Amino acid sequence: MSYDALRHFADSWGLLFMTAVFLTLIGWTFRPGAGRTHEEAAHMIFDEDKNDV
Amino acid sequence: MTTLTQKHKKIERNVTLLAVLALVTVMIGGIVEIAPLFWIDNTVEEVEGVRPYTPLELAGRNIYVREGCYSCHSQMIRPFRDEVERYGHYSLAAESMYDHPFQWGSKRTGPDLARVGGRYSDEWHVQHLTDPRAVVPESNMPPYAFLADKDLDSGDMSTHLRALTRVGVPYSEDAIAKANEDLLTQVDPFANSADLEKRYPKVQIRDFDGNPDRLTEMDALIAYLQMIGTLVDFEAGEALEQPR
Amino acid sequence: MDNLLVKAGGWLALVFLAFLAMVLAVDGGFAVHMAIIMIACLIALWVTISKADYAAIGRGILKAPADPGKYDDDPIRWGVIATLFWGMAGFFVGLYIALQLAFPVLNLGLEYTTFGRLRPLHTSAVIFAFGGNALIATSFYVVQRTCRARLAFPRLARFVFWGYQLFIVLAATGYLMGVTQSKEYAEPEWYVDLWLTIVWVSYAAVYIGTIVKRSEPHIYVANWFFLSFILTVAMLHLVNGLAMPVSLLGAKSYSAFAGVQDALTQWWYGHNAVGFFLTAGFLGMMYYFVPKQAERPVYSYRLSIIHFWSLIFLYIWAGPHHLHYTALPDWAQTLGMVFSIVLWMPSWGGMINGLMTLNGAWDKIRTDPIIRMMVLALAFYGMSTFEGPMMSIKSVNSLSHYTDWTVGHVHSGALGWNGMITFAALYYMVPRLWGRQRLYSLRMVNWHFWFATIGIVLYAAAMWVAGIMQGLMWREYGDDGYLVYAFSEVVSAMFPMYVIRAAGGLLYLAGAAVMVYNVWMTIAGKVREEKSMTETPHDPEADKPLVAVPAE
Repeated sequence: MSYDALRHFADSWGLLFMTAVFLTLIGWTFRPGAGRTHEEAAHMIFDEDKNDV
Repeated sequence: MTTLTQKHKKIERNVTLLAVLALVTVMIGGIVEIAPLFWIDNTVEEVEGVRPYTPLELAGRNIYVREGCYSCHSQMIRPFRDEVERYGHYSLAAESMYDHPFQWGSKRTGPDLARVGGRYSDEWHVQHLTDPRAVVPESNMPPYAFLADKDLDSGDMSTHLRALTRVGVPYSEDAIAKANEDLLTQVDPFANSADLEKRYPKVQIRDFDGNPDRLTEMDALIAYLQMIGTLVDFEAGEALEQPR
Repeated sequence: MDNLLVKAGGWLALVFLAFLAMVLAVDGGFAVHMAIIMIACLIALWVTISKADYAAIGRGILKAPADPGKYDDDPIRWGVIATLFWGMAGFFVGLYIALQLAFPVLNLGLEYTTFGRLRPLHTSAVIFAFGGNALIATSFYVVQRTCRARLAFPRLARFVFWGYQLFIVLAATGYLMGVTQSKEYAEPEWYVDLWLTIVWVSYAAVYIGTIVKRSEPHIYVANWFFLSFILTVAMLHLVNGLAMPVSLLGAKSYSAFAGVQDALTQWWYGHNAVGFFLTAGFLGMMYYFVPKQAERPVYSYRLSIIHFWSLIFLYIWAGPHHLHYTALPDWAQTLGMVFSIVLWMPSWGGMINGLMTLNGAWDKIRTDPIIRMMVLALAFYGMSTFEGPMMSIKSVNSLSHYTDWTVGHVHSGALGWNGMITFAALYYMVPRLWGRQRLYSLRMVNWHFWFATIGIVLYAAAMWVAGIMQGLMWREYGDDGYLVYAFSEVVSAMFPMYVIRAAGGLLYLAGAAVMVYNVWMTIAGKVREEKSMTETPHDPEADKPLVAVPAE
C-alpha cells in the first residue's frame, strides 16, 4: 500500500471515525443515570468498617 | 436508556472486558505508527554503498554497545545548517539499516559520531580513548585505557553473523564460514585480503591500535569508529542531485 | 511430606541446571549470572527445608492456613522495604554519575565504574527497582482494599516479589559487566527479559485474579490504571525485547529490528515506559491514596473515567517525538507531535481531578505534610505534562533535543511526580502495615518534603539553563559566517550547571535518608516526642457566654 492512499484514508474516514468515537465516549460518561453509580464508586474506598486491618 | 446503563455497568464490573478494551485502546497507536514502517517502501530509500559490518567492525560495534557509548554520543545528524557543518552530511535511514540495535542515541554529552570515521588518525583515537583529557583538556569522557590491555575475545564470529542473518542482515554463507579468518585478516596488512575486500567494499585493513603483536579490544573499537559514516559517497551523490 | 520433598528436589534440580549452564557458558557475564541464579536457588532450597512447618506436616497439612479475616500484607511490607532500599541505591548512583560529569576523575579508570556502565544502573534502579517495587506493593495494597478480598494466589504473589528482586539483581550486575542491549530503559539481555516476562505474567495473574474474586461489585478507578499499566508494559516489553541470541549459553543477542524500525519500536517502548510505568501506574496510586489521606472522595469520578480512556489511548502515539528531524519518516514525526500536544489535556484533567479532591480541605496543606507531598507531586505532574508537549513541538525540539533540557524534564517528572507520590503513599501505608498508631515523626516528613523540594528546584533549574545554553551555543554563528563554539567549549561551559545539579541530587538523597530513618523508627514501634504541626489557639477564659452584669 502506498503512503498517499494511507494518508488519504487517515485524513477522511479515519479522522471522522476517531471523532465519532471520542464524542460517543464522552457522551456515554455523562449519560443521565450514571451520577449515582459514580457517587457510590467514589465513596467505596471509605467503607471503613472492614477496610484497614 | 436502561440498556445503555446496563452495558456501561458491564464494563465497569467485568474485569475481562475492561482488560480487553484497554488493550485494544493501547494497541491502536502502535499499530498505526510502527507497522507501516515495515511495508511502506519509501521509509528506507535505497543508497549505494551501505553493506553489513565486517567481523572486526562488528566486534568493535559490540564493544561500543557494551560500554553504553549511546549514553553520551548520538549517531544521527539532523538536517540543520550547524549540524551539517559541524558533523557532516545529515544521516540517512539506509545508513543504519544493518544496525541491530540502532545507536542513534538521545543525548550529546559528547559530540555526534555518525561521521567520525576518517576524521581523526588511529593514533589520535588510541590516545583519546586511553586518556581523553590528554588530547581534549575540556573533555569529561571516562578513560578507556583498559581496552588496549584486553585481548579481543569476541567468541566465534560466525555464530554472530549467523544470528544476524536470522534477523535479516544479508551475510553470504561464504562470509559466515570465513568470519573468524576475516577478523584476523583485517588487522594484518601483509595477509592476502582480496576475498575480504570483495565481500566488504571499502574495508580498511591495518593494525589500528599501534601494537601489531596483539589483537586487542582497542583494535576492534577503532576499526569500527574509523568506518562509521564512510560507506556512502555523498560527493558522488551530489553530482546526481544537481538540476539539469 | 511428599510435597516438601518434591519442592526441595525441584530447587536442587534448578541448582544443578544453573551450575551446568555456568560451566558451559560462552562468556563471563553469562557465567556470573548463572552463578547468581544458582545461589538464589540454593537460598530457596534452604528456606524450603528450614522454614517448613514440620508440626503442621505431622498433622497432615502442609502449612497452617492464613487468617482469612486479614489482608495478605506480607509481600507489601517486603515491597515497602525493597522500595526504600533500591531508592537509596538508585539515588546514590544518580548522584555519583552526576558528579562524574563534573569531575571525570571519578570514573576511577576502572571498566566497571565508567559513566557508560553506571548510567543504565541508575536509570534502571530508580525506574524499575524503586518505582517497580513501589508499584507492585501499592497495587497489591490497593487491589485488596478496594476489592475487599485477599490476594488471589498468595504463593504466586511471593514469587512475584522475589522473582522481581532477582530480575533487578541480574540486570544491575549485568550493566556493571557490560551485559546490555544498549536500548535505553530496556538494557537487560534476552534471558533476563525472558525471566521478567515470567514474573510479569505472574504479577498480572495475581492482580487480575484478586479483582475476579472481589466482593465489591464495582472496580474502583485506581485499579483501571494499575491494570492498564500491567497489560501495556507486558505488550511493550514483549515487542521491544524481541532479539536473536547468538548462543543459548551466552549473554549476547542482536535486536530483531534494525535502524529506523528499531528506533521507532524502541521509542514506542521508551515513551510508554514513561506513559504507563511512570504515569498510569502512579496515577493508580494517586486515585487511591490522595482521597484516603484527604478523607474525601475524588473530585469527579466522571473526569477520572475520561482521564483514563483518553490518557491510555493518546499516550501510545507519542513515541516518535523522541525522533524529530531524524531519518524517521516525516509523517510519523508529525503524528507523534500532534498526539503529544493533545495529550496535554487528559494529563491536566487528571491533575485537576487530584488537586480538586482537596476542595474544602485546603488547610490540610498547612497541617498535614503528607498531603503537602501529594499536592507537590500533582503540581510537578502538571508541570512536566505541560513541558513535555511543549518540547515535542518540532521547532522547540530542534533546540532541546540531545541537550540536558531533556534530562531536566525527565527529572522534574521523576523526582517531583513519581518520587513524591511514592513517598507520600509509603508514609500513608507504613503505620497501617505495621500496626502502629502513627509515624515516628511527622516533622521529619516535613524535613523530607523541603529537602526534596529544594533539591528538585536546583536540579531542574540547572538543567534548563544547561540545556538551553547548550542548544544555543551549538548553533551560534559569528559575523564571519562560521560556527562560534567548538564542541569542547560547550562541554566546559556546562561545569557550573553540573555542580549545581549534583547539589540538588544530594539534597534529594538527604531527604530520602531522613525518610529511611523515620520509617525504620516507625517499624521499631517508636513515637517521637514533638510539637504537633498545627496548634489552633484556645483561650478558656474567653470561651464562655456573655452574661449581662446588672447595673449597680
